Amino acid sequence: MQDSSSIGIVTPQVAHFSTPLKLKSGAVIESYDLVYETYGTLNADKSNAILICHALSGNHHVAGYYTEHDKAPGWWDNMIGPGKPIDTDQFFVIGVNNLGGCHGSTGPASINPKTGKPFGASFPVVTVEDWVNSHALLADQLGIFQFAAVVGGSLGGMQALQWTLAFPDRVSNALVIAAAPNLTAQNIAFNDVARQAILTDPDFHGGDFYAHDVKPKRGLRLARMLGHITYLSGDVMGTKFGRLLRSGIFNYGFDVEFEIESYLRYQGDKFAGTFDANTYLLMTKALDYFDPTHHHQNGSLSDALKPATANFLVVSFTTDWRFAPERSREIVQALLDNERNVSYAEITSSHGHDAFLIVDPYYHDLVHAYMNNISLGAAK
Amino acid sequence: MTALQSNQRADFATISQWIKPGAKVLDLGCGDGALLKYLKTTRNIRGYGVEIEDANILASVKNGVNVIQMDLEAGLSGFESHSFDYVILSQTLQAIEHTERIVREMLRVGKEGIVTFPNFGYWHHRLQVIQGRMPVSENLPYQWFDTPNIHLCTLKDFESFCHEHGVHILERTVMHEGKTINFLPNLFGNLAVYRFEQQS
Repeated sequence: MQDSSSIGIVTPQVAHFSTPLKLKSGAVIESYDLVYETYGTLNADKSNAILICHALSGNHHVAGYYTEHDKAPGWWDNMIGPGKPIDTDQFFVIGVNNLGGCHGSTGPASINPKTGKPFGASFPVVTVEDWVNSHALLADQLGIFQFAAVVGGSLGGMQALQWTLAFPDRVSNALVIAAAPNLTAQNIAFNDVARQAILTDPDFHGGDFYAHDVKPKRGLRLARMLGHITYLSGDVMGTKFGRLLRSGIFNYGFDVEFEIESYLRYQGDKFAGTFDANTYLLMTKALDYFDPTHHHQNGSLSDALKPATANFLVVSFTTDWRFAPERSREIVQALLDNERNVSYAEITSSHGHDAFLIVDPYYHDLVHAYMNNISLGAAK
Repeated sequence: MTALQSNQRADFATISQWIKPGAKVLDLGCGDGALLKYLKTTRNIRGYGVEIEDANILASVKNGVNVIQMDLEAGLSGFESHSFDYVILSQTLQAIEHTERIVREMLRVGKEGIVTFPNFGYWHHRLQVIQGRMPVSENLPYQWFDTPNIHLCTLKDFESFCHEHGVHILERTVMHEGKTINFLPNLFGNLAVYRFEQQS
């Protein structure tokens, strides 16, 4: 049942782009669609728009319900809506699905107009930079020059950061939540294990599994199970599942015995049934490649963030070991070095990386307070 | 971290007078960010606060000031040397565990330091000690068993500390109820405000 503070019933929209988009890899997408949703009302001078960037497995459905019978709302419904931290009574909120996604935007499962078949393995590698460039074109189409804020968690936080570098004039505020300036080797390692699970699934067929009418579900399931472990904290897993056994006794076999096994397998199965394997590969690669310091000879993040002129709110969570607070502090330090307006909050939470999706009064009050202070209509 | 809320604004005007317009300011233990907000208005400063308490971070964000959540007892490693014109420690010095380290860090990061603290030498405090009790007053409002204040000092104590640690005092204002006390300040002032730099 719907909660009364939700935005209510929402409908996705499709923006079509027929001008070719040159990607960072050098590849070109001739034409493409981006699926997005909007909530609230764009004001007369178009100064109250907020862009929400999604994380690895996210999409454009950030708040509200599609039908009255939906069991769950959009993935960030607790943050976005009337009276909520990102208040749709005040702001015009846009959720957008990234290129390469599997929720309507052009991606590997889309039909390649040149061949009449799904792109599959031929869909080019997309990067955070490419997404931001394409979202800027969507903003153009909507007549929005400057966002009051660009907001994202995890991979979405990297996109928010990239916005401030690629389009400094077009972002007043950036909320970079549970993110990092780039991935650690450990993170890249986790991503590669996830990719290997998919790439070695016999049903993967080199990425062209659509033609075989199969899905590499086993690989995708393993990838998601691994990911899920890394998004939680040891503490929260211990509290929630501990060493609980489903039947109360050891069966000395390899079927599901511990509750945590049951949970992970359920989550893995659910995900494998709905998500596209090629999209998972692309999104994890985009994570691996993102690094604003890459083209800076001394690798200095301070130098790399020099172009960013937005005001920043950087938020991390104490038990997030995949995007640890130290990584957020690197961003903060680089912004301090450049004398930018930045506030940083380290939220005490037991929920690991997933904490950014969970209601926590301090976290939500903080975002609310920050958003409330954004002055609309005035030039930066 | 802010050990004292009452009488807090008394030192704002003094601090503001000392700060050059447009300066870059770091406020350690910034509480609700009221001082930074005040200095933005009066001196057009650019500044950041450092705080550890969630409620104070939230209040600072509400006040529209930049605030960084970190434990300043762990040092100021996130801040470059000589990157601020002033580093302020307003009514927090007495609650700091590593006094020497924080003063050293203030003068590493800032060109000048400003501290304010309740004067333990104030006559009313002395009287209470003579009467055999730990002082409780408007600017030392805590009982001995629940106080965050662990390093209380008098004007004389602080000045000899500075002398021994190569800290050159540039200016001093001693206050009581918002008024400057020039006559026997260590006896009649309950709030001390100092501006200092590294001895060259």
